[in-house]
Amino acid sequence: MRPEHPPEFPLAVHDLTVAYHRKPVLWDVELNVPKGTLAGIVGPNGAGKSTLLKACLDLIPKTSGEALVYGKPYEHQRDLIAYVPQRESVDWDFPISALDVVTMGTYRKLGWFKRISRSQKQQALEALEKVGISHLAKRQISQLSGGQQQRVFLARALVQEAEIYFMDEPFAAVDAATEQAIIELLQELNSKGKTVLCVHHDLATVSRYFDYLVLLNMRVVASGPTSETFTRENLQKTYGGKLNLLDDVAQALKNVGRS
Amino acid sequence: MNWTANDFHIILVGGLCAMACALPGTFLLLRRMSMMGDAISHAVLPGLAIAFLISGSRANIWMFLGAAIAGILTALFTQWITRFGKVERGAAMGIVFTTLFAIGLVLIRKAADHVDLDAACVLYGALEYTPLNMVTLFENETSFFAVPRAALVIGATLLFNVLIIALFYKEFKLAAFDPGLAHTLGFRPQFMHYLLMTMVAVTTVAAFEAVGSIIVIAMLIVPPATAFLLTRNLPTLIIVSLIVAVLSAILGQIASHIPPLLGLPDTTSSGMIATTAGFLFLLAWLFGPEGLIKKQSKQLEIPHFD
Repeated sequence: MRPEHPPEFPLAVHDLTVAYHRKPVLWDVELNVPKGTLAGIVGPNGAGKSTLLKACLDLIPKTSGEALVYGKPYEHQRDLIAYVPQRESVDWDFPISALDVVTMGTYRKLGWFKRISRSQKQQALEALEKVGISHLAKRQISQLSGGQQQRVFLARALVQEAEIYFMDEPFAAVDAATEQAIIELLQELNSKGKTVLCVHHDLATVSRYFDYLVLLNMRVVASGPTSETFTRENLQKTYGGKLNLLDDVAQALKNVGRS
Repeated sequence: MNWTANDFHIILVGGLCAMACALPGTFLLLRRMSMMGDAISHAVLPGLAIAFLISGSRANIWMFLGAAIAGILTALFTQWITRFGKVERGAAMGIVFTTLFAIGLVLIRKAADHVDLDAACVLYGALEYTPLNMVTLFENETSFFAVPRAALVIGATLLFNVLIIALFYKEFKLAAFDPGLAHTLGFRPQFMHYLLMTMVAVTTVAAFEAVGSIIVIAMLIVPPATAFLLTRNLPTLIIVSLIVAVLSAILGQIASHIPPLLGLPDTTSSGMIATTAGFLFLLAWLFGPEGLIKKQSKQLEIPHFD
């Protein structure tokens, strides 16, 4: 056990480097995410935010380093993590209903070969109720709006009854009502002691949504409670000299005072 | 039209074969890997040839083994070339299956001197000759019941495919829709991928002798693609593609009697069956719920109000 990554952390990343064709996307990432935080992972495009989540989940190979979930490698802790990928990662023309997609979240507990029964469907329906679209349960998924599709994904994560939630851009291209519904659900999970990690790109809402922040640009520029980490200096280090973005930064920092 | 017991036997073999292909084909289509069926059905050729050269027999068990290995290798090579060669997957598939197919042709020529393993037969099949090789299932003083041997082989393959899909239905659905989730839930999407590739390879070999690779390629993709135009419900989609498969065999065999009636040259059953499948696809594309006719009509869709 590494002394700098004690097992009480839901997610501890040590010396993680990920490269595509020799080009590093993540470089020597060190990170401890404390339990019960609602953490945002923020950084410019191509900073490796999604890659960080995927590498922790063994969805892409690590060049070096490791990710520990409560002190153990991920493959022994699958039950503890629910992952919500980016919406575009799946084919929404697939011939299944919203309820079918949410039911997939129960498959792990169900196990190989076992049939889906009424109790799994009931669980899925309750999750759809929670995200406010149980009336769309039978609808084929291509007939859902972007926001509704995101809610389906969230419901699927909810039925996994995990301890840690990995969310990849859950607020990307959704309507305001959906954004509000999602953040309320994440806060509710958070209040039950669950840990939520959320890739996010809207600086204006960072300080309102997250109590913990990871600023990422290939390396971890800074991480810690949002109140300490979300500073002009750190953001400049993260976003570099991208001028148009710096305006956003200024705007976001103004919002800090207000929230 | 002179309709004989032969026609019934041809429809039996063709229909069973079409259904056996449509099952794995549905999941190939859903995973947007339709061309993988094409690739594997060509690439099993060297597997067959090598299995024959090693074992010296055309016993089914060796053929199946050779084909299954060749099928998995095709999937494996394609993945490697895509990953390490920075080549797009379609191109990688093209490289792998043409190369393997060519090796297979060379090997078959080499073996052909002393064996009846024939390249033309592999391509076009010999559906018309299946009634010549009959197996008696049941016999007593008053009656007997015989089916073509090919029907038994392909029937067993169909049964194998039905069992695999029934057993792994949930896992196939998950791995096809969201491999990432399948992986995080511990359902090994790679295993499901190779299982599907094995099904395609085994089905291809079973169908080779009787119907040839042309009909296999058609039947892997056309019935599921037709069903996809008619429904967006997975269980219904599978059933509709099986129905389209059977209809293709029946209507195709009937259609194969038509050209001679018109004084045209004779045609092959497998060719007509594949053509009929294409024709059924055309009908679904024109008249289906999302079809061309519907799209051209000026009538407004009824909106959903939630």
